[in-house]
Amino acid sequence: MADSGVTDGSLKKDEIERSKSEGRELTKEEKQRLRKEKKQQKKNKEKKDDNASQESEKEKKSVSSSSSAPQPPTQPATQKAPSAVPAPAPAVVPASETPAPVEKPAKSKAELKAERRARQEAERASKQGKKGETGQQAATGKPKAPPSELQPVVKRLPEHIQVDNPDVLKKLAKKLERQQIPLRLDYGYKVSLFSHLHQYSRKAPLTQQLSIPSSVIHPAIVRLGLQYSQGIVAGSNARSVALLHAFKQVIRDYTTPPNEELSRDLVNKLKPYISFLNQCRPLSASMGNAIKYIKKEISNIPSQCKEEEAKGKLLNCIECYINEKIILAAKAIAKYAIEKISDGDVILVYGCSSLVNHILCEAFEKNRKFRVIVVDSRPRLEGREALRRLVQRGISCTYVLISAVSYILPEVSKVFLGAHALLANGYVMSRVGTSQIALVAKAFNVPVLVCCETYKFCERVQTDSFVSNELDDPDDLIVTRKGKTQLEDWQQVPLLGLLNLVYDVTPPDFVDLVITDLGMIPCTSVPVVLRVKNVDL
Amino acid sequence: LVVENEATMPGSDKETDLTERIEAFLSDLKRGGSGTGPLRGSAETARETTALLRRITAQARWSSAGDLMEIIRKEGRRMTAAQPSETTVGNMIRRVLKIIREEYARSRGSSEETDQQESLHKLLTSGGLSEENFRQHFAALKANVIEAINELLTELEGTTDNIAMQALEHIHSNEVIMTIGRSRTVEAFLKDAARKRKFHVIVAECAPFCQGHEMATSLSKAGIETTVITDAAIFAVMSRVNKVIIGTQTVLANGGLRAVNGTHTLALAAKHHSTPLIVCAPMFKLSPQFPNEEDTFHKFVSPHEVLPFTEGEILSKVNVHCPVFDYVPPELITLFISNIGGHAPSYIYRLMSELYHPEDHEL
Repeated sequence: MADSGVTDGSLKKDEIERSKSEGRELTKEEKQRLRKEKKQQKKNKEKKDDNASQESEKEKKSVSSSSSAPQPPTQPATQKAPSAVPAPAPAVVPASETPAPVEKPAKSKAELKAERRARQEAERASKQGKKGETGQQAATGKPKAPPSELQPVVKRLPEHIQVDNPDVLKKLAKKLERQQIPLRLDYGYKVSLFSHLHQYSRKAPLTQQLSIPSSVIHPAIVRLGLQYSQGIVAGSNARSVALLHAFKQVIRDYTTPPNEELSRDLVNKLKPYISFLNQCRPLSASMGNAIKYIKKEISNIPSQCKEEEAKGKLLNCIECYINEKIILAAKAIAKYAIEKISDGDVILVYGCSSLVNHILCEAFEKNRKFRVIVVDSRPRLEGREALRRLVQRGISCTYVLISAVSYILPEVSKVFLGAHALLANGYVMSRVGTSQIALVAKAFNVPVLVCCETYKFCERVQTDSFVSNELDDPDDLIVTRKGKTQLEDWQQVPLLGLLNLVYDVTPPDFVDLVITDLGMIPCTSVPVVLRVKNVDL
Repeated sequence: LVVENEATMPGSDKETDLTERIEAFLSDLKRGGSGTGPLRGSAETARETTALLRRITAQARWSSAGDLMEIIRKEGRRMTAAQPSETTVGNMIRRVLKIIREEYARSRGSSEETDQQESLHKLLTSGGLSEENFRQHFAALKANVIEAINELLTELEGTTDNIAMQALEHIHSNEVIMTIGRSRTVEAFLKDAARKRKFHVIVAECAPFCQGHEMATSLSKAGIETTVITDAAIFAVMSRVNKVIIGTQTVLANGGLRAVNGTHTLALAAKHHSTPLIVCAPMFKLSPQFPNEEDTFHKFVSPHEVLPFTEGEILSKVNVHCPVFDYVPPELITLFISNIGGHAPSYIYRLMSELYHPEDHEL
């Protein structure tokens, strides 16, 4: 009994298990259901429950369209009487089963959805105070967000790595509709290994679909979104700083509506902005941390605080954050890193990392004698920007492409790399190509030093570059040489795909040292730093 | 090249015609190596060299094997000087020299086996075969040598097909194969396997010349599911790759490779993930060179490919390198597939001794 719409393997097993066991004893529905409910409440598989519940809710939705009458009455009924849960469930099932298609999977899903629904209502009833939307949702007959928000143990999977799950996409579309933000469509043929990620075209920015003037989204945010999607603002630090400045503008222009509290309303105002920016370009780890900080600060504002005072406080907080975590951190890291640069060094850098450029410029100011080799890669060619900045300062530079790195590496004494994020299992997430440079450097026994501020540390874990990544516009790979563009019609050729990855993860055994504002630590100490930071907060 | 009958052309015209052809070939070689990748594949170069050598054998004036070898060596030095990176020219010349030696030895009547077994006693007492002066004249030598060169030419024509025939032994279905740049041998190899099996190919584009693009379009038109990736993504994607199949420009005497730049990174990434690295190289690419000669190993082309002249402001203040080849050490290679079958890199030295005579290593 294969579930056609579900791609998650473990989820399939669960469904099959349950449907199998149900298939055997159709006559003892109620007893079975009771036993199952108890079992499921004990089970800890939150994520599978989420997906299964979403799915069953979708099924229920499609079924309920034909039998909408029994549904709304059962919802308030089950809300008020959680103990009477088994009773309405069989009532719902025969009603919904008759219009349901004769296929086996749909039938078992209908039965599943009933107990899912019952279980969720029970949980919701027990935690009613938290979400005021429940009653509203039940009235409109639309399924609510999964109960994961009520279980803080496991985080919900971010939407942008579940593109192959149609339920998640539907949910996202509905959420964006509610927030009045246009949905960005995927572009081009996606390589099968990456069908779980979005792939957008740079030629179709989201802002084209917005009405002007946009009443929902603050113009500073619209401008920021456009800058992100077109690559005008790129680089982890630059994006975070731009985001924080835009939020400062939003806070300045904000007025609390009557009968609302600033601490709650402002957070709700920020949510559509964040969705919009996410649609323009997936948020980076540093941006995520910055947003978490802001939300925390906003919700910590005491309710008796006057509006002007509160706004002033928030603006101050943001200024402090930028100053501490980015500017002062850069100074501290430069101080540590300069100890590692000696006279006569040949330093290899990759791409354009603002932090590494800062370090090299500082070292040059302090009269260290070294030369730099800048390695670059297509299609972004960010290394040229780094080259310009270094040459302007007067540092002697060499420039090569990444395919020539094994030619140039015997000359190199150290490798300095920047990072986009440091993951909790010690892996370094950075621009694609970084892991390759670290690999070749290791083969030639050249030390690799990664420079990263602590605000980029994130609690995710990842072991390969596939599960969570970003796919850039595939048309960037097209190049015209000698008047011939080989890949011009790649869309017409059915079996040809172009892959433009943005990030990759470097295993910790390739990295010798991580220089942070807290000092010089090995790659594996990242979870320690995170723990210490969380305790402080 | 059309082989004209000797009898129809008078002697002096033959000479000038021959020199013209040699000059034309040399200028072709010089032009062909301007760094935009070989305008002609190595197989064509090998064929043309061999045909030219056959012409020299047929039309030049020589009376003994020694003379012929001198002539060929002289022309050979000029040809290799015209384009040092095109090693197939040198390889073919050494093959023909070996053929001449063999034919001479056969005409003299000594059996081939005793010649090849250079016993220690012989080496110490007689000073080896270098005393042999190849001065004897044999009437049938010319015809024998030309026949042997014809056999060599037939072998050359069939190399790509021979390699492609072995494809099904190495590729199973639903594999993910990675390759870099453009190699006609690998293209034929994969297309042959695609007739019977379904698999997925990832092509690294190999900047700055981006020959991977051509390879990808050609493979996808043959019905193979292809993906083009940038060079920077090689390590990121390697964990999903089952095999790496590459071509090469030259196979060196120690079993290492001189391949297009970026291959060393690919080999290291494959080693890290324990993915087998298979090199498809026909026998004429085997060269008695070693990788230690720094000044002749690397070839550089205009850095304009890497940093174009539009970046004028910084161009004058930076050094830009654009190497064409990479050295891949033999430890990173799993298997060589050539037209005579598959070998381990440690076996290459043996094949070398069968193809070339040690005295011909230096032309």
